[in-house]
Amino acid sequence: MHHHPDSPSAPGAVSRRGALECMTWAGAGLLWSLAGGLPSAVGLGRALAAETVAAPFTFLQISDSHVGFNKPANPDALGTLREAVAQIRALPEKPAFIIHTGDISHLSKDQEFDDADQILRETGLPLFFVPGEHDLLDDGQGRAYRDRYGKGTRGAGWYSFDRQGVHFIGLVNVVDLRAGGLGNLGSAQLDWLERDVAGLASSMPIVVFAHIPLWTVYPEWGWGTQDGARVLACLKRFGSVTVLNGHIHQIIQKVEGNVAFHTARSTAFPQPAPGTAPSPGPLKVPAGELRRVLGIASVQFVRGSEPLAIIDTPLAG
Amino acid sequence: MPSAQRLPRRKAGCGIAAITLQILALAPVPGIAAAERTRTDPVVIRIDNFTFAPQTLTVAPGTSVTWVNGDDIPHTVVAQNKLFRSKTLDTDERFTFTFQVPGEYAYFCSLHPHMTGTVVVKASTD
Ligand SMILES: [Cu+2]
Repeated sequence: MHHHPDSPSAPGAVSRRGALECMTWAGAGLLWSLAGGLPSAVGLGRALAAETVAAPFTFLQISDSHVGFNKPANPDALGTLREAVAQIRALPEKPAFIIHTGDISHLSKDQEFDDADQILRETGLPLFFVPGEHDLLDDGQGRAYRDRYGKGTRGAGWYSFDRQGVHFIGLVNVVDLRAGGLGNLGSAQLDWLERDVAGLASSMPIVVFAHIPLWTVYPEWGWGTQDGARVLACLKRFGSVTVLNGHIHQIIQKVEGNVAFHTARSTAFPQPAPGTAPSPGPLKVPAGELRRVLGIASVQFVRGSEPLAIIDTPLAG
Repeated sequence: MPSAQRLPRRKAGCGIAAITLQILALAPVPGIAAAERTRTDPVVIRIDNFTFAPQTLTVAPGTSVTWVNGDDIPHTVVAQNKLFRSKTLDTDERFTFTFQVPGEYAYFCSLHPHMTGTVVVKASTD
């Protein structure tokens, strides 16, 4: 089930316990590299300049492209996605693949998905997706998303795969949301998750990705997943768990025991920090400052209980 | 296990799907206390800053209620008892439902479920 042509070792046979490192920039998303030993923080500028990145395995996270969004916070969300892709293409070390953590489109329109696909495929990299709530707005309530991106997935689009000795799990927490509630996974998906990880050795690094944060960031704005705790309970025995989310259009991190949580920036528009605005709506900044607000941040991920180190560097200015 | 997605070629001449919405030439009715109404004038619930306002609205049976989205983010209006469900409302789009039967109708936004509201339908006691 978890075998992938690229990872010849059987599930559970993996002994490598790498550390994850990531750096982020303006919407281009996160570049994660998996390597033994302690990673060092690397900014995008340095990464672009470097002859080689000392990492045998890297992947990217990109999130919340909201293709079709054209409001004052960013009249050209397609353009900033294009910029993000240009940065990905300029990386000296080609990432193995890209994970998109949802809200590919703004209104689930065919044209929006077409435009997003057209630009993303220019990366030349394999892509893995999970849906955001903006991707399930078609009349079929997600049929358009599943037709495009759901091949080989279960339920509303969840799945897992192995790469380079790492077990990746894509979850969907934007379906069947209940009044007054948060993101929702549902028992069918959680039961599947329990079975999915049952046979894995505890030494296998786990990367979980979903749109809405799986931990409670700010319930007043719905930034959390009501049954997210069950995911963490499932993964408790694993030595290295990394949880990647989007949805809140800003970087927020937390390390709890062996679990590191990280939300990625959007490629489209920023959202306010929790509680700092009347609503979580798009944050409007002066025209010339959009990329500055999106900024560049390099993030150092250290497996264990140490806090994550973030170095923010604006894209412009 | 899924393989990575192969993105399809752009379809030529692919148009933007038209969203058909019930558009009413409806002016908000000024000067009517939102909290307690007994007449059946059409009434508007504003959606601003991820909030339904007024959050609780009382109307007489036969009243048409129109929700107008003033946010830069789409919202929906979905009855918890499934009596009504709007299409996705983008900025300035609206959805109208006419309440005939007395009762309490709790609703929420299915994209942002922390957004909730209630329409109370109550016959006039005059
Ligand atoms: Cu979102």
